[in-house]
Amino acid sequence: MLDFTPKEYVDRSALVINPAKTCQPVGAMYAALGIHKCLPHSHGSQGCCAYHRKFLTRNFRDPVMASTSSFTEGAAVFGGGTNLKTAIRNIFSIYDPDIVAVHTTCLSETIGDDIPTFVMEAKVPEGKVVIHANTPSYVGSHVTGFSNMVKGMVKYLAQNSKTPNGKVNIIPGFINPGDMREIKRILKAMGIEFIMFPDTSGVLDAPMTGKYDMYPSGGTKIQDLIDSGNSKETIAFGSFASADGAFELEKKCKVPAKVLKTPIGITATDEFLMAVSRLTGKEIPQELEEERGQVVDIMVDCHYHYHGKKVAIFGDPDVVAALTEFTLSMGMIPKYVLTGTPGEAFEREVRGMLSEAGVDGKVKSAGDLFTLHQWIKEEPVDLLLGTTYGKYISKAEDIPLVRIGFPVLDRSVHSYLPITGYKGAMRIIEMISNALLDRQDRDAADEDLELIL
Amino acid sequence: MKSNLPVDILDDRKDFVCCKSGKGDGKVKCDSDSVAGSVSQRACVYCGARVVLNPITDAVHIVHGPIGCASYTWDIRGSLSSGPETYRNSFSTDLREQDVIFGGEKKLAGAIDEIIVKYSPKVVFVYSTCIVGVIGDDIEAVCKSAEKKHSIRVIPIQSTGFAGNKSQGYKAACNALLRLMGESIQPKVTGINFLGDFNLAGEIWIVEEYLKKCGINIITKITGDSRVEEIMKAPSAELNVVQCAGSMTYLAKEMDKRFGIPFVKVSFYGLEDTKTSIMQIAKAVGDKQVLEKAVELIMDEEYKASLMLEQYRQRLKGKRAAIYVGGGFKAISLIKQFADLGMKTVMVGTQTGKAEEYEIIRSIADEGAVILDDSNPAELEGFIKQKGADILVGGVKERPLAYKLGIAFCDHNHERKHPLCGFEGAVNFAKEVDMSINSPIWKFVKDENKCL
Ligand code: SF4
Repeated sequence: MLDFTPKEYVDRSALVINPAKTCQPVGAMYAALGIHKCLPHSHGSQGCCAYHRKFLTRNFRDPVMASTSSFTEGAAVFGGGTNLKTAIRNIFSIYDPDIVAVHTTCLSETIGDDIPTFVMEAKVPEGKVVIHANTPSYVGSHVTGFSNMVKGMVKYLAQNSKTPNGKVNIIPGFINPGDMREIKRILKAMGIEFIMFPDTSGVLDAPMTGKYDMYPSGGTKIQDLIDSGNSKETIAFGSFASADGAFELEKKCKVPAKVLKTPIGITATDEFLMAVSRLTGKEIPQELEEERGQVVDIMVDCHYHYHGKKVAIFGDPDVVAALTEFTLSMGMIPKYVLTGTPGEAFEREVRGMLSEAGVDGKVKSAGDLFTLHQWIKEEPVDLLLGTTYGKYISKAEDIPLVRIGFPVLDRSVHSYLPITGYKGAMRIIEMISNALLDRQDRDAADEDLELIL
Repeated sequence: MKSNLPVDILDDRKDFVCCKSGKGDGKVKCDSDSVAGSVSQRACVYCGARVVLNPITDAVHIVHGPIGCASYTWDIRGSLSSGPETYRNSFSTDLREQDVIFGGEKKLAGAIDEIIVKYSPKVVFVYSTCIVGVIGDDIEAVCKSAEKKHSIRVIPIQSTGFAGNKSQGYKAACNALLRLMGESIQPKVTGINFLGDFNLAGEIWIVEEYLKKCGINIITKITGDSRVEEIMKAPSAELNVVQCAGSMTYLAKEMDKRFGIPFVKVSFYGLEDTKTSIMQIAKAVGDKQVLEKAVELIMDEEYKASLMLEQYRQRLKGKRAAIYVGGGFKAISLIKQFADLGMKTVMVGTQTGKAEEYEIIRSIADEGAVILDDSNPAELEGFIKQKGADILVGGVKERPLAYKLGIAFCDHNHERKHPLCGFEGAVNFAKEVDMSINSPIWKFVKDENKCL
């Protein structure tokens, strides 16, 4: 019996059961992998690094490289300075990355290691770079870690050299490489020059070549990170994963920041295209107009497959907020919307969407899946939209689960295909209606089974 | 000799690698901490403790620390249960900044209360993580007062991540098990304890079945598919049979000291080792009848298995294998298994192998095989390529590496999907190796960049 959750409300203040988030460093590691020839470095004990690599490997099914300071008791007492300096020396001499992105763990944070000083004292070979981000695991979530590492990139690298490059910066947020690819495709179709950072496409969705490259060909080039200080504007997707980096760039290099919703669904994608179009004066090309028209056509064709269905959405705040907006526009009822990441802003934003649509739903940040399960027990939904961890609820309550977000550990190909842009919207509609119709077919009595739906 | 290794190795790592040559020189340094800056595949104390205790199906495991440690270990082990599923939920105190500043003891006490009041579990294991070791929470005291308050067992596990490596975690877990067993000597019952099988893909059930057929009773399984009450009965057994020596030798030795239970080391991986192990156990606890049944069982099962194995032997003959697994004992079994399939082992590495185990590995490894301790992807890649391996056996982090190199892979760790132990496990293993090595997909990989 996998069903461990009672229906009666359990009052909890100290205990988290079945989390909907994880710790900062894994997000920082993911962001760092989006820099070309970068080795993420975990400044803490070796176990953290092993866990984070494993977690990312399970989600992307690709090798994830990162080194560790391998803290021992000595380091925990006297500080990890020596470990980090030795590590930096070893890393450059054996793994030869162009850049090392150091993040901390709860351990090195608690003992108060001063990373910038250590980095300054370390021997960094000519032409190589070390950057860092503080990622205390007891603050925020993996999304915060991602955001902090993006900020670190800006702090260390971006420069305004008074030579405008006419480009648009894009901070894509904590999304899959397939989505980063899609956003780049859209920008290229519009003829817009851009710098995307981080960019894990070509790193964590690299093609098979029969050779193992420690540093696959993808990732934002250091040169571009430096040049991001000369761009026209920064578009940051997601207030949790990307906004801080954009504001940092605004502060440091006077590049104006614009925070948009992660472009999931028609409205958010429209907003994205309109923003870049306004900014660059470029028209939205026929190719994209056509895709949009296709999505609308699809929604007209099959709106009755999902209209009025109740859905529970959970996962990372930026993606969940965007999904809420999209499912509302599909005529679905987002009954429960939950993220593990703490943040009142999330609750405010999503509540706003729900009340505007006249939907009476529950919204929670810093929640866990036990809470979500309790809600569902009280009043069930027709569909779950979220990470692999929803599968226990899905099984216990016999509710279909459409896997979207991070992590997805029990299905593959998700990291290659987009959920963003118009193509992504099509894909989400397909996944949602298939899940619901498969369920309808499964449950239909023989006489009710229909050939055409 | 070490300079013969053509693969780039960090200077500090040279002692951890050697190559088997005829002269029999060269020892592998092992059982020490990873070098700072290496892409180590190794885990921490907490990880070691957690993987050992997690399979106890009716226990609650509270991770005292920030959320990460709990998230990464939520239901990852793949151990199956024949009953309760409590262990598949994730419980944590999710420490926040406030707790780090003011201490997390109150939160922990609260968490224990909340869980006990609601679920009245039989036992609560409380794990300390890195940060707890630094902020100085006295989890011992918190657990003690919770035990008093609720009169159930609340057992702390000192598994602060940086205080050693996985092996220390195993030890911490064993100590927790000993606490659960208690001090008192229990009256003897005929039967054995099986230590160090975690019931991945249902493996303990296979072993249990064999032993039952021979007339041998398992009293306690440690820890695959076990329950709290079962663990508490362990001191009444006649013999401890130890499979995962890496994690369980310490417990076996302690139980010998405390309860006078002798132990034998076995391995149910591969035909050879399975046969030897069954006979070893039968001889240790059985009478003539048990021995006869054991012989009969072995003959039966071996006959069935070898019929099935023959086809795989033909398809696998001459292929080259690389091994990178957790413990030394498993590596030893795998070398034998590959030999049985007509394959050659060209590389053997472990994360936590002991000196004695490396001795055995050296003695049975094929000539020219590279032997290495606590390796990293760069080394693995180098040796796999240099030795022309066709398949890598390893865990989750090694799978994509093997695939990217365009070679086959077999998961012999937490993510195995079929039981790999016993006679049928040997067949499953051959099947998996064959499925991967002889998949048509490699044809596309070799014809890279040739679309037309
Ligand atoms: S919570 Fe802390 S100790 Fe645990 S994995 Fe995250 S950084 Fe490491």
